[in-house]
Amino acid sequence: MSEHPHEPLHYVAPMWMYITVFLSLLVLTGLTVFAAQHDLGVMNTPVALAIATVKASLVILFFMHVFHSTRLTWVVIIASFLWLGVLFVLTFADYLTRTWGLQ
Amino acid sequence: MTSVTYHDVRLMEPAKTRNYLNVDYGFFSWLLTKDHKRIAILYMISISVMFILGGFFAMMMRLELLTPQGDLLTSDTYNRFFTLHGIIMIFFFLIPSIPAVLGNFLLPLMLGAKDLAFPRINLLSWYLYIIGAFVGLVVIITGGVDTGWTFYTPFSTQYSNTHVFGTTLGAFIVGFSSILTGLNFLVTVHRMRAPGLTWFRLPLFVWAIYATSIVQLLATPVLAITLVMLMFERVAHVGIFDPALGGDPLLYQHMFWFYSHPAVYIMILPGMGVASEVVAAFTRKKIFGYKFVAFSSLAIAFLGFLVWAHHMFVAGISVYSAMIFSFLSMFVAVPSAIKVFNWTATLYKGSVSWQTPMLYILGFIGLFTIGGVTGIFLASLGIDVHVTDTYFVVAHFHYIMVGGAVMAYFAGLHYWWPKITGRMYPEWWARLAALLVFIGFNLTFFPQFILGYVGMPRRYHAYAPEFQVLNVMSTAGASVLAVGYLLPLIYLLWSLRFGPKAGPNPWGAVGLEWATTSPPPKDNFHETPAVTWDAYDYPAFLTAMGETQHV
Amino acid sequence: MSDAPLHGDEHEHHPFLQHHFEDMGQQHEASTLGMWMFLATEILFFGGLFLAYAVYRTTYEQAWVAGAQLQNLKLGTINTAVLISSSLTMALAVHYAQLGRRLATFYCLVGTLLLGSGFLIIKGIEYHAHFVEGLLPGPYFTWHGPMAPKVELFMTFYFSMTGLHALHMIIGAGLLVWFMWRTWRGHFGPEYFSPVEIMGLYWHFVDIVWIFLFPLLYLIGRHA
Repeated sequence: MSEHPHEPLHYVAPMWMYITVFLSLLVLTGLTVFAAQHDLGVMNTPVALAIATVKASLVILFFMHVFHSTRLTWVVIIASFLWLGVLFVLTFADYLTRTWGLQ
Repeated sequence: MTSVTYHDVRLMEPAKTRNYLNVDYGFFSWLLTKDHKRIAILYMISISVMFILGGFFAMMMRLELLTPQGDLLTSDTYNRFFTLHGIIMIFFFLIPSIPAVLGNFLLPLMLGAKDLAFPRINLLSWYLYIIGAFVGLVVIITGGVDTGWTFYTPFSTQYSNTHVFGTTLGAFIVGFSSILTGLNFLVTVHRMRAPGLTWFRLPLFVWAIYATSIVQLLATPVLAITLVMLMFERVAHVGIFDPALGGDPLLYQHMFWFYSHPAVYIMILPGMGVASEVVAAFTRKKIFGYKFVAFSSLAIAFLGFLVWAHHMFVAGISVYSAMIFSFLSMFVAVPSAIKVFNWTATLYKGSVSWQTPMLYILGFIGLFTIGGVTGIFLASLGIDVHVTDTYFVVAHFHYIMVGGAVMAYFAGLHYWWPKITGRMYPEWWARLAALLVFIGFNLTFFPQFILGYVGMPRRYHAYAPEFQVLNVMSTAGASVLAVGYLLPLIYLLWSLRFGPKAGPNPWGAVGLEWATTSPPPKDNFHETPAVTWDAYDYPAFLTAMGETQHV
Repeated sequence: MSDAPLHGDEHEHHPFLQHHFEDMGQQHEASTLGMWMFLATEILFFGGLFLAYAVYRTTYEQAWVAGAQLQNLKLGTINTAVLISSSLTMALAVHYAQLGRRLATFYCLVGTLLLGSGFLIIKGIEYHAHFVEGLLPGPYFTWHGPMAPKVELFMTFYFSMTGLHALHMIIGAGLLVWFMWRTWRGHFGPEYFSPVEIMGLYWHFVDIVWIFLFPLLYLIGRHA
């Protein structure tokens, strides 16, 4: 056998976990709609994205069982977002600096 | 260990042993196979056909460039030819080549596994390649495309009268072939290693393929969505990339090069993996600085994602981001250089033998270094302004792609040919071909460095008369190169029937693929191996194999 | 003999064990890892669209505000709730498959399919409304409000992002039907439920894409 044993995912999440996450997701949806309808200045977009990130994290960690998954799974997820981050950061490095030094 | 002789090989065939080639006969046993080894052969045939097609377009271009006037081809036709040469060679030859042929064949063997993690997805990858190639062939027959393989907008979306949609569709489909292959390899390396095969006992070819697979997995989807947007824009003309409608053509370029720069690392990393295997085998030594080479593969894969806008230095990006990309582009050369130093150090005091794979790899090391160093020139903003879009760039990437990747592919083909086919190729013809390739290659592409430096632009069918001498040299070199490529086609096919039969380990090399018969049985090993030796540990491996001499 | 699967001992192997794997555990680990790798490619695939969206949002902010106002906030919010509910039923399907409860798994998959279809129907209603208003980008764009060409660009992103998302949902629906059939036939149990699990991973991913699409396409400049 390989160095690590091959065990199927034995962790069975309790029902209350699923219900709690579900209700939280609905509440956060309502919250984001509520927040969007108020003028928070420049913070509207960051707040909306932050709430979306929290919702996504709940789905990833609990519905997708990542909280109890292997380190390799975490690496794959983090790497994907990291690579996406590279795409965004380096592209915007161009767009945001195009007018620097111009009158 | 000196060269191997086969004078005493019996020509009478003993009772035929069952291997993956003869276990099943018939059309559908190949077309519906799930055996990674057969799929590798299907790829080998397919990409060889595409290589010849891509080479045809190159030959026509070089013939046109014998004279300064545009006399053989109209400029329209010439545009289509350089576009198709690029598309075919990149998407349909280089990107699949070593991973889909050698990677597919060898990865399970090197890991001691029976097959890849997802054999049916492997077959699907090949079918996607074939469908994409078929779409490409239809495009070629119906007139081709003239945008350059880079499909820059708004020419491709708004003004070109050629089959842009069809070509990008073909590239889109073949991209998924690449993604699925990478996915398959990554899962296989993580989850299907034999007992005792820890990460740092893996052959460096596996590290290289692993790093390549990461790039294939994460870069190709961005190309896919970019091409989708291109196709949408071509049809609907809404202004995603068209400046007249408020779009930014540079956005297209950013997204295109986010894939296409890492793509060049997809093309070279596997070649570096082959280099490590061949250098170790033909110096009878373990690779100097194994961990450095292994981590350098990963570093190249990661850093390769950070440099794409060096293709856009004069396109209109901000000079501040250009400086960032310039610095990062120089930095990415470091891990490649580390590998070159380590191979060289391995050669030092090694027991070097000069068989064909080694000849190709020595060529690889030298030519890749030249290509890579000229990349540093291009990374320097001031120089780039002068030589971008000239033949300097053309020479730079051909040194790496042809002098590097293609030579490494040929090295690997020859090195593993006995394993794949159970036959040895004829050594002297192979050495002659390698020599012709080396001479032809340098004669073709070195003049192009000079041409670029003195100002000959790329992608033009006519040029100023003072450039003719160097162009004639280049075309002469291309003819020699063509002969050099034709010879293996002939003698490798010849060897299938008439070549001497090969034993399990004709080179006396270290690696699980050499621990099974040539060709291997359908399930790769008669017994699942357990690995107790380090990579390239000759004494330990040969003891484990119970032999004191090879063959 | 050489083609037979290799077994050290004489235990019965699971009918769904593929012969190139050593045991069900290895097969399960490989399939889940494979699905996660596939989702990584999907993140980059959708990510490209998000990047282009972001670039033009910073360039044409007012048009983006205008475009978002043209979306039906009520239907969008309802759809978000519908999709989240389908995620719940999908997660429960995996849960019941792990426990070997065939009927419960089946009903949860049915629920996921119904909710997913509901999402697509509502989406269809929205698309139809946009078509009627002349907001389809390209030759059918006849909307004549302020900043119309840039609003057309917004609508391009709206349709490509939600369209790509909907395409993934349709594929997901097809897969759900297949897995409903397999569940009904009793293929799954505690020692083999990975197909349901990876179906779940796919479905949740599609849900997460929507979780980001909703604020980006519907909630810009909603404060009067």
